[in-house]
Amino acid sequence: MDFLPITETERELMLQRIGIADVNDLFSDIPRDTRLENRLDLDAGLEEMQVSKRLEELARANSNAADLVCFAGGGIYDHYQPALIDNILQRPEFFTAYTPYQPEVSQGTLQAIYEFQTGICELCGLPVANAGMYDGATALAEAAFMARRVSRTRSRVLVAGSIHPEKIETLRTYARAGTLEVEVISEGQRSCNNTELCTALGDDVAAVLLPYPNYYGMIEDVAPLIEAAHEVGALAVLDCNPLLLSVLKPPGDLGADIAVGEAQCLGNAMNFGGPGLGFFACTEKIMRQIPGRLVGKTTDIDGHDAYVLTLATREQHIRREKATSNICSNHALNALAAGAYLAATGPKGLASLALSACGKAHHLHDELIRTGSFEDPCPKANFGYEFILDYCGTGHLDALYDALIDAGILPGICVGEKSLLVAVTEKRTDPEIESFVGEVRSHA
Amino acid sequence: MPEPFQNRGPRPTIYESSRPGATCVCAPVADTRDASSDAFFGDYARQAAPALPQVSEVEIMRHYAHLASMNFGVDTGSYPLGSCTMKYNPRLNEWAARLPGFAQLHPSQPDETVQGALQLMYELQQDLCEISGLPGVTLQPAAGAHGEYCALMIFRAAHTAAGNPRKKVIIPDTAHGTNPASVAMAGYEVVTIPSTTDGLVDLEALRAALDHDTAAFMLTNPNTVGIFDPQITEITRAVHEVGAFAYCDGANLNAILGITRPGDQGFDALHINLHKTFSTPHGGGGPGAGPLCVSAELCPYLPGPVAVRTETGAYARKNPDKSIGRVRSYMGNFAIFVRAYAYIKMLGAEGLRGVAEQAVLSANYLRVIVQDTFTVAYNRTCMHEFVLSGANLKAETGVSTLDVAKRLLDYGFHPPTIYFPLIVSEAMMLEPTETEPLAALDALAEALRAIAAEAKSDPELLHSAPHTTPVRRLDEAGAARNPNLRVVQGFCS
Amino acid sequence: MAIPAELNYTEDHEWVKIESETAMIGITDYAQDQLGGLVFVNLPAVGDTFAVGAVFGEVESVKSVSELLAPLSGKVIEVNAELESAPETINNDPYGAGWIIKMSVSDPSQTGALLDATAYEALTA
Repeated sequence: MDFLPITETERELMLQRIGIADVNDLFSDIPRDTRLENRLDLDAGLEEMQVSKRLEELARANSNAADLVCFAGGGIYDHYQPALIDNILQRPEFFTAYTPYQPEVSQGTLQAIYEFQTGICELCGLPVANAGMYDGATALAEAAFMARRVSRTRSRVLVAGSIHPEKIETLRTYARAGTLEVEVISEGQRSCNNTELCTALGDDVAAVLLPYPNYYGMIEDVAPLIEAAHEVGALAVLDCNPLLLSVLKPPGDLGADIAVGEAQCLGNAMNFGGPGLGFFACTEKIMRQIPGRLVGKTTDIDGHDAYVLTLATREQHIRREKATSNICSNHALNALAAGAYLAATGPKGLASLALSACGKAHHLHDELIRTGSFEDPCPKANFGYEFILDYCGTGHLDALYDALIDAGILPGICVGEKSLLVAVTEKRTDPEIESFVGEVRSHA
Repeated sequence: MPEPFQNRGPRPTIYESSRPGATCVCAPVADTRDASSDAFFGDYARQAAPALPQVSEVEIMRHYAHLASMNFGVDTGSYPLGSCTMKYNPRLNEWAARLPGFAQLHPSQPDETVQGALQLMYELQQDLCEISGLPGVTLQPAAGAHGEYCALMIFRAAHTAAGNPRKKVIIPDTAHGTNPASVAMAGYEVVTIPSTTDGLVDLEALRAALDHDTAAFMLTNPNTVGIFDPQITEITRAVHEVGAFAYCDGANLNAILGITRPGDQGFDALHINLHKTFSTPHGGGGPGAGPLCVSAELCPYLPGPVAVRTETGAYARKNPDKSIGRVRSYMGNFAIFVRAYAYIKMLGAEGLRGVAEQAVLSANYLRVIVQDTFTVAYNRTCMHEFVLSGANLKAETGVSTLDVAKRLLDYGFHPPTIYFPLIVSEAMMLEPTETEPLAALDALAEALRAIAAEAKSDPELLHSAPHTTPVRRLDEAGAARNPNLRVVQGFCS
Repeated sequence: MAIPAELNYTEDHEWVKIESETAMIGITDYAQDQLGGLVFVNLPAVGDTFAVGAVFGEVESVKSVSELLAPLSGKVIEVNAELESAPETINNDPYGAGWIIKMSVSDPSQTGALLDATAYEALTA
């Protein structure tokens, strides 16, 4: 089936009006030897009912979070998505609209983004936030590029090795252009060695990129590093979990110049890891170097409040090769979800939800150690709702992991051969947590 | 229109509607086991809660209902925004993407538990290769610009492997802004060449610019004035002669689906905007997806992982041998892949060709019925879009393209893309797409005629348009001079 | 369009007012009119040196950005900091309060390459 509203009769009429007999006449600019002789080698088209069946079959061939209780995190979390969020996302006025370049008929998208920016600023304790990026990994890479621009002459960035490995990999890919020198400190370690990082600091460093919390769930002692970065004139960038920022000291209060991170956790489904939502906040001093869109409040000619994309001269459609970034999208629908989520949870709700997740995580952490099959290599570290443990039980961790999968539990993410990274959101129930611990015990 | 039902203008933000103590139903009840923030985080515990809104569920829903009422989408009316392919977004796509078996998958699940998702990605990869005529693809890029950047990094890797990363990338002056911006991010120098008076690539200028320091030539084909460049094979041959790569910006792929393939035209790489050609929604600015198709030579450099089918028939994730590394986290915008997959399966080979035919037929029909009203730049058979120039109207009446665009809003149409491409003065770029009914095309032409008449009889009406929208023309200079980017309250009120 | 006779001009629509060893620089009435309402001016720092033709700053309107090119080689001795908070001054008074920088000229012979008012008027006609 197709979605063409034009009838055969209308098509004839259109051809006549143009003055041609055959639609193929319209394609005469295409050199004959590059035209397809046969039709594309694709399946024949199907009716909607048939396609829906095929999609259901494919969906059923996966174990979703209902079949496989999710204790995995690493940036993408199985938080509860309030029912109202998807209802808002399904409004066609939002999802069938283009980028709000015509503000007179895009006030809905624009105001929603302005509110999203406000929420991110509140969480980060920073006065400027953009309309969103693709995901946390690209937001971090863009932060490194931004720091280079701000510094004008410095091209080195120091990165804590305890940041999400996929974010570091993305940063390294971006750095292959040769315009950025990425130095990863304490790579492969559970936390960044502050002395090592401070030793590497110099007046050629544009930025220090630090995790808050790190990939392994820990809150590292980042405050002295932010100070050390500033002492050599470098910017401090914090890679954050925005949901935890409801209970963690805001990056702005810690002195960070830029805060970025993955905001899937704010009301967005996991979607097998994409689309995500990168967020990006910074100080006013450097805001003219921020990548991506910004929505500002202004007035219309009648004096009414109105919203508009602003400071657009930074962007690719105006500044072209001198733009702050090539980005031309902001994952606006994900930002819409995040904005609605922050309103639905509210200040107390969000903090209470975060603490609830942290409480459950600490409980599971302690219970897993009590099984004797796991030990904590960093017992004194503070963590939020994600933690890493080393396996010390019988056999290999792989076997336990497979057994848990068979029991309908996604126990987390295996890190190396013997460590397990476990996340516990507010959604996990006591019976689910008990079942996890029970399976570990029975496997021992 | 009766006043009470007219939702004119923004209301206060949800932050300003906040009332202490108001809560929405979904705030979780604290667990008795919960410790405090201080106990978990010590010195790093937050002392003051973020000033998020305190509102009830009904207030949230009314707030967003009002916001939605101020927006214009494809479902609202005609959206002839050139180069953006604002086609209808099928509802099956939306339903499919929300199936728990797709939406509720964690990216770190083992392959055995996500066979359906990997199969979907694998089949989509195969289909995109067939459509593009290029044998390799990565679904990872999140958007068209991201795909461009990914391609340039792959070119850099391939050139470096051949001994010299090279220095510059050539683009025509009709290029989208993302092209030069991506080139700069990839560490290359941008060389812009002028187009011919027909809006095509100036082959002589291209040949003069090409040398062994050229990494690539980037071209949108059909180009941004809506013309398929008939010299295409000569262009790609000239690029290959100096060992450079030919890159196709796939923004305009809708026009040639099933008719010709960029791979067969000699391109080495092409990004596809799933949110343009394959009907996934634009979302008010994303998320879309920008899969990148490449030639056999470039396959080893693709970012990983890609979905593969193993000998046993199972699906898995694999990193290409010489991968440039990932360009983002995880596998890409999977929820967008589901939508594009549903679309391709519904249309099939015949349906996709039908899309191109109708898109081109509709654009030419619209061109013919407006050509007496506005000057058509390059008035000849076009592909899926064409460009009007408002220069004559402006000279005659003082009414600019911006005025015309704003007045179209009063007639219930989203305006075309304006002031692009840069080579046409007072440009208006119209792309009706194949999903616009005939009556809507006629009505759009009629509205343009009426506006052109108004320009002569009452230019002031157009200078001050729009008159019927939720807000009217904005003080954009004021917004940029004194940026107000958030509700000032809370942490530094 | 005002083109004061006592000033010198460049083909990039900047004006230069030479006073012994120093040059005051701004953009012309024609330039400000073409750009429309200015929203931001990116100024160099006092002490920065520029060769003739080098980019010393930028002026931005809502939807365009233009580079400012040094009309002469020299060192920046003063910048019009007022423009940071009121860029529209350039629109209102391009040859007066809207001046952008003052430079000490390192090679006075370069002034010979500048246009006089008549030549500039011909350029914008």
